[in-house]
Amino acid sequence: MINQSLKFKDKAREALADPHLRVALGKARGSFVNKRAELAAALPEFERLRDEARDVKNHVLENLDHYLERFASAVEAAGGQVHWASDAAEARAVILGICERVQARTITKGKSMVSEEIDLNDALEARGYTVVETDLGEYIIQLAGEPPSHIIAPAVHKTKDQVSDLFQAAHGGSRKTTVADLVTEARLVLRDKYFRSDVGITGGNFLVAETGTSIIVTNEGNGDLTQTLSRVHIVTSGIERIVPTLEDVSLFLRILARSATGQETETYTTLSTGPRRPGDLDGPEEFHVVLVDNGRSRMLGGPFQDMLRCIRCGACMNHCPVYGAVGGHAYGWVYPGPMGSVLTPLFEGLDGTRDLPNACTLNGRCQSVCPVRIPLPEMLRELRHQQHQQGLMPPAQRRGLGVWRFAAERPGLYQFANRLAARVLKGLGGRGGRIRTLPLAGGWTEFRDLPAPQGKTFLELWQARPQKPEEPR
Amino acid sequence: MSDAPRVGLFATCLMNLFRPSVGFASVKLLEAAGCRVEVPLAQTCCGQPAYNSGDYAAAQALARQVVEVFEGFDYVVGPSGSCMSTLRNDYPRLLADDPIWGPRAQALAARSHELIAFLVDVRGVQAVEAAYPGRVALHDSCSGLRGLGIKQQPRLLLDSVDGLKRCELADPEVCCGFGGTFCVKYPPISGRLADDKLADVASSGADTLVGGDLGCLLHLAGRLKRQGSPVKVLHTAEILAQMGDTPGIGDGHED
Repeated sequence: MINQSLKFKDKAREALADPHLRVALGKARGSFVNKRAELAAALPEFERLRDEARDVKNHVLENLDHYLERFASAVEAAGGQVHWASDAAEARAVILGICERVQARTITKGKSMVSEEIDLNDALEARGYTVVETDLGEYIIQLAGEPPSHIIAPAVHKTKDQVSDLFQAAHGGSRKTTVADLVTEARLVLRDKYFRSDVGITGGNFLVAETGTSIIVTNEGNGDLTQTLSRVHIVTSGIERIVPTLEDVSLFLRILARSATGQETETYTTLSTGPRRPGDLDGPEEFHVVLVDNGRSRMLGGPFQDMLRCIRCGACMNHCPVYGAVGGHAYGWVYPGPMGSVLTPLFEGLDGTRDLPNACTLNGRCQSVCPVRIPLPEMLRELRHQQHQQGLMPPAQRRGLGVWRFAAERPGLYQFANRLAARVLKGLGGRGGRIRTLPLAGGWTEFRDLPAPQGKTFLELWQARPQKPEEPR
Repeated sequence: MSDAPRVGLFATCLMNLFRPSVGFASVKLLEAAGCRVEVPLAQTCCGQPAYNSGDYAAAQALARQVVEVFEGFDYVVGPSGSCMSTLRNDYPRLLADDPIWGPRAQALAARSHELIAFLVDVRGVQAVEAAYPGRVALHDSCSGLRGLGIKQQPRLLLDSVDGLKRCELADPEVCCGFGGTFCVKYPPISGRLADDKLADVASSGADTLVGGDLGCLLHLAGRLKRQGSPVKVLHTAEILAQMGDTPGIGDGHED
């Protein structure tokens, strides 16, 4: 997907003016936030589980080479194949190669953000394959020709009415208006695709080093059908999604479902270890895991290593007020919200993503709900630091900061400037006590009045206060 | 009085420039809590605007300046969760690699407190002598709430004010959209977040909005006044110090 993060401000303005988006996001935010809060409160050990999950992930990242090798040998021992892709192009080439070799025609897909990251659908369609997204949300946006706007709820920006229109246009027949009818229609359309599918591509929520198992969680069961009914199953996953043991998986499953959708557990948890074995009733003939680096290994050992703990639950964006106002598309690339504002500059470069680290109030709610305790605000601030270091801060802001620092390091000058400002602004406020427009302050006054100061600074009033009689000591 | 702790008042930039009454309210509350209050005149800014803009060098320079100015006090107290979170949480990190300033920043951080949290948690204040005849909604500013754990303290003291009816917001933990320089860099988003917060305030039935951070309050008051709302905006300390009759933020005055 072509990075359009530089258009953040324009896209945000468009998004704010879209009444459908406001309805859709408002509903989703309320339900995700409240359900998570209820379930977190109902599990006494939830905070301890978050600590444990953070520690397991840190341990894996410190020993990533070891666990990756262990995972790869376990996959091969189970009869599967592991492919290492250092970037998106390599990952696409591997997958296209497999599809060509097995003479695929129809390819079904479970939800996979890595496949979005490597632009897989476009590459497959360009080679003439029929690609069908089977996650309901992904299916909806595939019909709409849009990228996902959320990492676990890709069509969260669509209202039910919009989905009704899309389905009618794509499927014909009567316009379905209830959620149940819409889901039934999608199920019937998709059922047929599963049976025709040659290659099923899924993501991987967890890769288990000890067993070579890849695990996906879904609420629709579409992942199971995608991978068991296809002749070939390809897992696309980032190299950081490793956990050491199945025991660790049980820990992560408990925090993932609660953090993501506010469920105790997702409806389907599917474990895949190798292809179909002799005597198995179903399952794919081939099992491939494409391990994608694409910038991740660069993050190891640096200030952004903690970001690799991310389990892609979406809690940070569900709780982000900026995401809640503008939605995921405004961010301009694959990963939106707080985690995306950290990852996109790291994957796509600081220069093409200038707004992302700045379009955040640093309110910290994302960090407070992150199941693996990623210090997202600190990382966004660190990205701002790197922007500043590399001269990517807008010149006017840089000059402003310089002038402000010069004064702030000189108390006499700073206080003089404040005394002057207090008087001028009070004068401009007049009897109304507020200023409606102010030169150079359009950023403030576009949406707000500027409350006028009381007239003198605290420090000058303090110096001029009537002295109390000296107390005996 | 010799065992009264010596408190250096951190006169935050916005308080100093826009709302000195909050400074005097702070002094009054601190003195009522048995503190000797001094206001060092060599102070300027905590440096947070530089830190959050990624200019660490400027932030470090200002952090060293604050450490130096306030080093001799038993406590540093300021009427802002945001500035005081910078002293408490950010200075030790900013100066961590400096063998001389690092430990000094740590020591200052341990003695730095937001005003209301200081009154309740350190001085054990459980109630204030004040009256305010109004329905008051409290805005939890994020840096106080998540940075310093300030949630119950202002509620406890506000609930002790005669005649005050407190109105809880439906979603008190969501950001109001101020965010420091965010509010001027992304005005439409900031404005939308203010509207969401103010809709919550309106549904609560409050006639007065208070909070512990003037940044949020100037932003919310500015949006309220732009909308022509009669809701009065005050700093929490003003009500607690019996200064609730001060004209609200962004309200006119008689003279």
